[in-house]
Amino acid sequence: MTRKPILLAATGALIVAALIVAVWSMWKPAIAPLSAPPASSFDSQTRLAGARVVALGDCIVCHTAKGGKPFAGGLPLATPFGTIYATNITPDVQTGIGNWSLEAFTRAVRHGVARDGHLLYPAFPYIHFTRMSDPDIAAAYAYLMTREPVSASAPPNDLIFPLNFRPLLAFWNVLFLRAGERPAETSKDAEWNRGKLLVDGLGHCASCHSPLDAIGGEKSGHAFDGGMVDGWEAPALNALGGAPKPWTKEQLVAYLRSGRASEHGAAAGPMLPVTRDLASVPEQDVEAIATYILSLQKPRPAVANVSAQAAEQGETQGRTQAETSASAQRGAILFGASCAQCHGPAAPMQAIGERPTLAYSTAVNAATPRNAIQMMLGGIGWHGADTMNYMPAFGEIYSDRQIADLAAYIRAAYSQRGPWNDVEATVAKVRKENNAR
Amino acid sequence: MITLTVNGVQHALDIDPSTPLLYALRDGLHLHGAKFGCGLGQCGACTVIVGGEAVFSCLVPVSSIGARPVRTVESLGTAEHPGPLQKSFIEHQAAQCGYCIAGMIMRAQALLDRNPHPTESELREHMEPNLCRCGTHMRILAAIREVAHLPAGDGVPAAKPPRTANHGGTQ
Repeated sequence: MTRKPILLAATGALIVAALIVAVWSMWKPAIAPLSAPPASSFDSQTRLAGARVVALGDCIVCHTAKGGKPFAGGLPLATPFGTIYATNITPDVQTGIGNWSLEAFTRAVRHGVARDGHLLYPAFPYIHFTRMSDPDIAAAYAYLMTREPVSASAPPNDLIFPLNFRPLLAFWNVLFLRAGERPAETSKDAEWNRGKLLVDGLGHCASCHSPLDAIGGEKSGHAFDGGMVDGWEAPALNALGGAPKPWTKEQLVAYLRSGRASEHGAAAGPMLPVTRDLASVPEQDVEAIATYILSLQKPRPAVANVSAQAAEQGETQGRTQAETSASAQRGAILFGASCAQCHGPAAPMQAIGERPTLAYSTAVNAATPRNAIQMMLGGIGWHGADTMNYMPAFGEIYSDRQIADLAAYIRAAYSQRGPWNDVEATVAKVRKENNAR
Repeated sequence: MITLTVNGVQHALDIDPSTPLLYALRDGLHLHGAKFGCGLGQCGACTVIVGGEAVFSCLVPVSSIGARPVRTVESLGTAEHPGPLQKSFIEHQAAQCGYCIAGMIMRAQALLDRNPHPTESELREHMEPNLCRCGTHMRILAAIREVAHLPAGDGVPAAKPPRTANHGGTQ
């Protein structure tokens, strides 16, 4: 009798307190603009350290439009709530961050507040960046403030009401932002702690590799369970033992630095530019990332426990299975002409550069055909002198059904896992999403 | 039997359905314009137009073509009466060894069919998949620019920044 009202009152008080905190934090003061600090005011050691920080933070990936100037913004980010355009973070005074002081930059990184006081959307991963150390933030600032200033204004965001009203982000921040650095875990060694700092902080891996809840926050308790980004599945990072050949640290380091893992496949989609950034940082940083990620593994469910030996036999066994499906049979013909030159067992491409057979491919063994479809539709384009992997795109020459046939064949011939369902409808859906992006 | 419509003529070929289109064109129909370069979709020497799209004919099985019309360089003109792109390639002396040229012309033709007045960056992006081992790309681009009524290449825009975001390749 007396318990309920007390509980209710306590809950009410909590809500009121949260509201007060949120409303209080809706409006932040502007920080006085600086005249752009001259490049000579930053010493070269700090700038160099900043290059590493900015690469580890993948800043360039979102803050550069397709074909645009580095860090000049303008890249559209499709969210369930509308489109957000990445901002210009070159030191241009009018359109970039040229008049931001270190204090303003630090507040943005730690609290998601722009220099003039408006709240930034959490597409900017300040909930992760907030863990960065002061020296790292200062180094990133020195690096960005010494880039070429580019005059470029991002297009206005196109978000649904009421999310286009920025002060409401204060409520979101009450729920998701725990500002500030975290103490190191003393029970773990320095490499693990460095890895945790890079993965959970600067690298913001969970932003893509975790499922999001209804209001775009990372689902509590589901960090690294896998997510969706730009129409690609970002695989779970805590189930790396469930691959046909479990990931090793060496493979993870090689993948993150080169975009290719000998028993898993090539980085594509939004992960490709991340690996290009990580190619430029010291190897010990990537080793720390791999150490920490491998420590996150969840116990494997028995069904996912496919032995590597079984995968090796997959091709011969799969052939029989493939013959039972008409779609896979049609796919086999397409595969013979379009794919076998590189992916067939006798292909020279299989013998050089440690390229894995499709039997080990993460995309071919995934729970859904999405990433395999994306690979076939878009391939991996040439992306400069450091291109490690290339695959021609087949989206323009194959119909939805033909892509689905290929997927059915590849799954049956190379994977031990059961056939995918509704593949043709998924191809149509993925194509439509890609066109809208 | 596989039915193919090539340069406006329908052909029936008794070949394996997974035969790449390139082999059907060269060996079955004796159209030797499209060349075998790498056989991996990496060089573009085999480029022809299928249903309006420039495709690597070394990677497309004949069974997947269906009713889509196929066009090869032979459809654009003859040695006596070269078509506009062919004429411009000759005038700009765009060929050195010439092996890539049929593919280059067909890829350019696919662009101009769809968009007769592309911008410089559209042109460069579109031509990117095709390679020339002799290095005559600048002449090839000049030849296409003339047909596309683009200003000559003096005002070539700065090369793309070396590192740009790549969200999933062609989207």
